[in-house]
Amino acid sequence: MIDVLRQSYYVAWGDMMFMKHNFWNILVMSLMSPILYLIAFGYGLRTGSTELGLSYVAFVIPGIVALSSLNTSFSATSTRMNVQRLYYKSFDEMMLCPLSLHAIVLGKSALGMVRGLLACGLLYALGLFLAPELQVTPLFVVSVVMNCAVFSFLGVAAALIAKSHQSMATFNSLVILPMTFLCGTFFSISSLPGVFQALLYCLPLTHASECIRAAALPDYYGFPWLCMLAMAAFMVAFYVLDWWLLKTRRI
Amino acid sequence: MCDQMNGDVIEIHDLVKRFDDKVAVDHLDLNVRRGEIFGFLGPNGAGKTTTVRCISTLTDFDEGTISISGHDVRRDQMAAKNCMGVIQQQISLDKDLTIRENMISHAMYHMIRRDERDARIAELSDYFGLGEYLDKPVDSLSGGWKKRAAIICAMLHDPEVLFLDEPTTGLDINARRLLWDIVRSLQKRGTTVFLTTHYIEEAEALCDRVGIIDHGRLIALDVPRVLCDSVGSITVEYLEDGKTTYRHFKNRQDAQEFASRLETDSDIRIRRTSLEDVFVELTGRSAEVLG
Repeated sequence: MIDVLRQSYYVAWGDMMFMKHNFWNILVMSLMSPILYLIAFGYGLRTGSTELGLSYVAFVIPGIVALSSLNTSFSATSTRMNVQRLYYKSFDEMMLCPLSLHAIVLGKSALGMVRGLLACGLLYALGLFLAPELQVTPLFVVSVVMNCAVFSFLGVAAALIAKSHQSMATFNSLVILPMTFLCGTFFSISSLPGVFQALLYCLPLTHASECIRAAALPDYYGFPWLCMLAMAAFMVAFYVLDWWLLKTRRI
Repeated sequence: MCDQMNGDVIEIHDLVKRFDDKVAVDHLDLNVRRGEIFGFLGPNGAGKTTTVRCISTLTDFDEGTISISGHDVRRDQMAAKNCMGVIQQQISLDKDLTIRENMISHAMYHMIRRDERDARIAELSDYFGLGEYLDKPVDSLSGGWKKRAAIICAMLHDPEVLFLDEPTTGLDINARRLLWDIVRSLQKRGTTVFLTTHYIEEAEALCDRVGIIDHGRLIALDVPRVLCDSVGSITVEYLEDGKTTYRHFKNRQDAQEFASRLETDSDIRIRRTSLEDVFVELTGRSAEVLG
């Protein structure tokens, strides 16, 4: 186990150097879209309170944290890996080395997790200032970390499957973008018809939004343990998918 | 780790690799001796790169066995990987990092201790004259320097065998000759070199033995001079109906007799058979056999 963790660090080291070289650029890119969402949806379109007596800004900030962790973790992992695999060919170099496949999955998803946590941390710090109802609880931290892990692992799988940059863009448009808007980030999915609710509960971000919102607003929502279990299931499933893709060389 | 000190360093037995219905490597048997520069020749699409990818574990294969220094690449993959370094056809450095960071990454992948790593990077950079470029971004270097950096990355863990897949493709003639010198110096350091190329003069200049692959099959395997003698050590080259024609003879006397009987106004050249003649003769013949 310690050996796998050490190897994961070795795999992640190059990506961390990449982040170090581009830190300010990455920071601005990670924060730009969540802040735009906050301004457009939190202040521009909706004001006032929800039926629970909660301000809409306080309701929407955990949703934006959930979608930023998705966007940042997924795109940080998948874009860099896609480039390394298809254009630089440096991913093949790594596959030629005596590294455990578990270490490769964990190491390559580290960049997404770190960037996701950084973006969420900064956004939530701003959110705590804008909406005093929000709280930092251990469950909030666990939920955000889990969501970053889920979408980093999904990013690894997408980068391993993608045959070109174009197919990554297609995956983004067909899977990631709809999740961003529909999975309870900007509105409660309980307002949707049952069929849509059932469909949306098949997607990981719906569970993440519910967990993050409940953990950030413990005075208003009970924590949805089943959603956390579903997130854990998605995390394990995507991890196993990554490992299997590498093991069977289906890349 | 790479503990087998004698005998063949690469042993390939009955290797088959298929891509759907296409057989890319067809029952290949091949042994490479320790310390030699082995040239693996073939036309484009013959199966050279697929063979290297199978040996280096990047691509799984359908049948057969491959071992590196006695380690089976399927059953004992980690030990086999420790015994080899691979320089891919396309320069495979991470262009978002500096040359030194690329080297450190490689050393980390091979679990080399920090002090040993720094010493190896310094030693090899000095040896290949790359010292002043270590902290520059990859893309600021020319193709030849990038290739040298890639070789250093592949050499950091001191592998027993180094695979060079079309190493001089895209390099100018100066960079190409420099790389040849590097390959010779690697052999002097005791490294076995497995070189795939479609540049015949490269194989002729460098290799102790060559294997020629076509349509996934090994169609010849020997030292270059013996291969030349096998098709005829002397070649007559002349123009016939506007097309350059080559005829091979066992000795110069037979070649001269043939040339004297030719009814042509164009120049006739009588010369030693080159590896290129062997390559054209054998791959042309195998194309006819395979239809």
